[in-house]
Amino acid sequence: MTAPLPPPRKKDPVERTRQPTLPPGNRSREAQGLTAMAAVGRFALQVCAGCRQVQYPPRQVCAHCLGDDLPWRDVAAGGRLLAETNVHAANDLFFRDRLPWRLGLVQSDAGPSVVAHLAEDCRQGERVRLSLDLDRSGHAVMNAQPEEPGPNLEDDVQLREMTMNPKDRRVLIVNGKTALGLALAQAFKTAGAREIFVGHAEPWKTSPALEAVRKIDGVTLFPLDVTDTDSVQELASVLGGKVEIMVNNSYHLRPGGAVDRMDMNLSREEMDIHYFGLLRLAGTFGPAMRGRGADGDHGACAWVNVLSAYAQINNPTFGTYSASQAAARSLAQCLRAELAPGGIRVLNTFVGPLDDEWHQMVPPPKLPPNMVAGRIVDALKKGLEDLAVGAVAEEIAERLAENPKEIEREIKS
Amino acid sequence: MTTGGLLNQLMGGILGSGIQVVDLTMTLQPDVPTIVMPPEFGQSWPFRMEEISRYDHRGPFCYWNNLSCGEHTGTHFDAPIHWVSGKDLPENATDTIPVEKFLAHACVVDCSAPAAADPDYLLTQEAVEDWEAANGKIPPRSWLLMRTDWSLKRDPVAYMNMAEDGAHTPGPHEDLIPWLIEERDVIGFGCEAVGTDAGQAGHANVPYPCHYHMHGNNRFGLPALTNLDALPPQGAVLITPPLKIRQGSGSPARVLALVETT
Amino acid sequence: MSGQQSAGRMGYDGVAVCVPVTVPYSRYSLRSAHWFCGRALAELIQTAGIGKVQVDGFCISSFTLAPDTAVGLTQHLGVSPRWLDHIPMGGASGAVALRRAARAVQCGDAEIVACIAGDTNHVDSFRKTIASFSQFANDAVYPYGSGGPNASFAFLTDHYMRQYGAKREDFAKLCIAQRDNALQNSNALMKRPLSLDDYMDARPIADPLCLFDCVMPCAGAEAFLVMSADRARALELPFVEILSTIERHNAFPDDPIQIRGGWAMDVDGFYDLAGVGPEDMDFLQAYDDYPVICFMQMEDLGFCKKGSAAEFVRRHDLTAGGDFPFNTSGGQLSVGQAGAAGGSLGLVEAIRQLTDQSMSAVVEGARHGVASCFGMINYDRGLCSSAAVLARSDR
Repeated sequence: MTAPLPPPRKKDPVERTRQPTLPPGNRSREAQGLTAMAAVGRFALQVCAGCRQVQYPPRQVCAHCLGDDLPWRDVAAGGRLLAETNVHAANDLFFRDRLPWRLGLVQSDAGPSVVAHLAEDCRQGERVRLSLDLDRSGHAVMNAQPEEPGPNLEDDVQLREMTMNPKDRRVLIVNGKTALGLALAQAFKTAGAREIFVGHAEPWKTSPALEAVRKIDGVTLFPLDVTDTDSVQELASVLGGKVEIMVNNSYHLRPGGAVDRMDMNLSREEMDIHYFGLLRLAGTFGPAMRGRGADGDHGACAWVNVLSAYAQINNPTFGTYSASQAAARSLAQCLRAELAPGGIRVLNTFVGPLDDEWHQMVPPPKLPPNMVAGRIVDALKKGLEDLAVGAVAEEIAERLAENPKEIEREIKS
Repeated sequence: MTTGGLLNQLMGGILGSGIQVVDLTMTLQPDVPTIVMPPEFGQSWPFRMEEISRYDHRGPFCYWNNLSCGEHTGTHFDAPIHWVSGKDLPENATDTIPVEKFLAHACVVDCSAPAAADPDYLLTQEAVEDWEAANGKIPPRSWLLMRTDWSLKRDPVAYMNMAEDGAHTPGPHEDLIPWLIEERDVIGFGCEAVGTDAGQAGHANVPYPCHYHMHGNNRFGLPALTNLDALPPQGAVLITPPLKIRQGSGSPARVLALVETT
Repeated sequence: MSGQQSAGRMGYDGVAVCVPVTVPYSRYSLRSAHWFCGRALAELIQTAGIGKVQVDGFCISSFTLAPDTAVGLTQHLGVSPRWLDHIPMGGASGAVALRRAARAVQCGDAEIVACIAGDTNHVDSFRKTIASFSQFANDAVYPYGSGGPNASFAFLTDHYMRQYGAKREDFAKLCIAQRDNALQNSNALMKRPLSLDDYMDARPIADPLCLFDCVMPCAGAEAFLVMSADRARALELPFVEILSTIERHNAFPDDPIQIRGGWAMDVDGFYDLAGVGPEDMDFLQAYDDYPVICFMQMEDLGFCKKGSAAEFVRRHDLTAGGDFPFNTSGGQLSVGQAGAAGGSLGLVEAIRQLTDQSMSAVVEGARHGVASCFGMINYDRGLCSSAAVLARSDR
């Protein structure tokens, strides 16, 4: 039975911080398909369009009928554990630091046998549940967990290397003055975060959300204005070595586009908060987080960007806002590459319209902030990299994959 | 004691003794609050500073910064064009105001005691008349400066003192302004809070009366001053030039006061 | 299982296999694979009493020649063969090289073929070989941290033990017997006797595998010549005859986990062509990177029933002087695994035993033997199997 993970102890100041190493990240082009599935939490394998044979490891030609149309399809995630081992010796530096490491060979219900990272509670001959998850290198791997998970499954140390569980970790929520900021603070509290740091800009402007945040046990407020380089640097000098999960929920929505409302000031503010804000946070908090990617079982692990669904396709009603979100999304991809050496995962969430004052004129469906916060925490626990929240965001993702022109024409309804 | 021309006498006073130069300016830094407007309105940029180089790879010989801010940031000068009531007046912008108007006498009314007791304290005509009784009549073309010691509040939250119904900071009563213009011909109104109007002045019969009347009569504003406690009630000379911005509605200003010490 | 039939298969009449050569093994070497292959060739021609130019065929196996292949090696070694093969089958390369070379000689495409398998072992070269072994390994095994075949064989061993009731003591008996054999082989890297306690108490590598279940990577080469029997006689070289060979790749793909190798598909035809059966064999030289695969070879090559190898091992003495001489040089487990040369170690030892040139423990009066090869854990199992029945030549 998986033992509960003891909470982190105070760090010995003379102990060298374990430097981040990554599991092998060399993958074929075909295998990147697994990564695409793992990034959004799907258990999908190549299934031959001709003969239905499920393929694993990924390939370009069906091993049964030699057909070359092998689309990715969700498949049964069950399986039976054929064999298991605890690896006690490894040449790879990442695993050397973490021995023993448990592996299993699973006969999947979908057909193929798969080598999988094996949760502690799985037993040879018994049923297991397979999942595709991103490992610390950012590539997909198979995980096998018991079909009936035990109470402490999330404390499985191997699983924690692949997920970004907030339990016993320290979180910085960049903006505590919005309803989403409050909901995030509550959700991280529920998820067992060790400390919750919450930023707030322009302290002279009141915010009911911030007043509620202030009352949450375990929350500490810090002045933080992402438009002010000094302010971000100052906070990074205080919290840089502590933040294990960064949640950039900066938010500045004003309606208007390029022709119907050309406003340089508003547009600049949007860019300053969404794009330059992310840049300031990345440049100041990124290095310390990247350096602490392997700092024990509770090291830095995740950078969450709360982006708009319109980061992916411009909604002219919020035209300049969408553009600033797209800029932030692009920078987040840069950040993802730059944080990768530390094993820090960048989770980009694409959120549909929130049920707040700035979406007053937008017809439903609109998302309650606590639902969004719950989905974000859940995605961290699962270790996802991209998350569409809400029907609008999900539809955008789907339609973009299908026909980007169609949604470009239709989005302004 | 230097003798000779007027300027020599002035410099003699400044370099020798007799004239003290007092800095009435707040330091411009990122946490200097800017005036709060409803969020759907356009917003003034806060003061921001990005280093260009600091004797490093970006420029080994020099240290310098890029700045950005709204015209009405920190200690600043309000030009008549700032307000709708002054939009069509002649010589109403920072680049067209006759420069001699940037030098003027100052009358300082000490309201620190009542403002400490009531953040919504409003300076009335009656109070100014009481002040004149003690300190003499306000000379024409003088600044009327309202000292509240509000600038001693270093915490931006206390300084802005926002509540759900808006800011609570002292300022001039709406009836005082027309009197100052018509009866005393002041050059403008200065104070220590973030704007020349009181925090609650948006709720007045004429919203923001100080802005409305002063600028409508081609007079100026000088908010966010500090060190007013170092000035005598009468006699100081203020130097208040804004940057020469084309059609500027104001600008941050380094406001200095010359005070006779003998 | 309908195996490969011998009907219509041509025998290897008139083909001689001779000049067993071993370039001494070392744990690490600064030499290149080219050096090991070149030294093997030098010893082959010196022993055979021929010139370089007379070797007109080459069959090369090596992991560490990269970026070269057998092609680049020809220029390195200054040879101009008219027949060249590069066999990328690692541990299965020995018998595969043998059968290819034999056919070339039989058909007259080459007169003398040098089969050379050699690899170097720099510090860290094993890790590099493993890190880019195959696409499936890169994508679906190596990222899991096993760092090579240890975990793959841990799975096979774990499953085999549970399925068939084999015990660690059974594997121990095999490893100890091989070590006893190796103690008479001066080329073996393992120089000390192995006790049951040593084996059982060794540090774990990947459960249930412990240290002495795993081969030690090293540098070295194995080689032999294939030519016509007439030529061998003319050169006065002792030689062996080939009675039968098999090879098979990706056998039993529907087995969810490997419990048998390709030999099981081909075993009937194997002995049909040889005209002798397992009961006629005087030794078995099996591929032995891990003991479990030895057990599978005993079963799949017909020495005992599937699942009964443990019991078989308990009943027999596997030393060279015993009733089932097995890996008489000590095998890779005690000699070391010199990369692809591991796929020829048993074959070269078989040639020695059947030509009275043993450098280690002698199997008295041996007339027939099987050399079996296995290799290439491409993903979850070894894909390549091969084997040969060799016989002492009385002519």
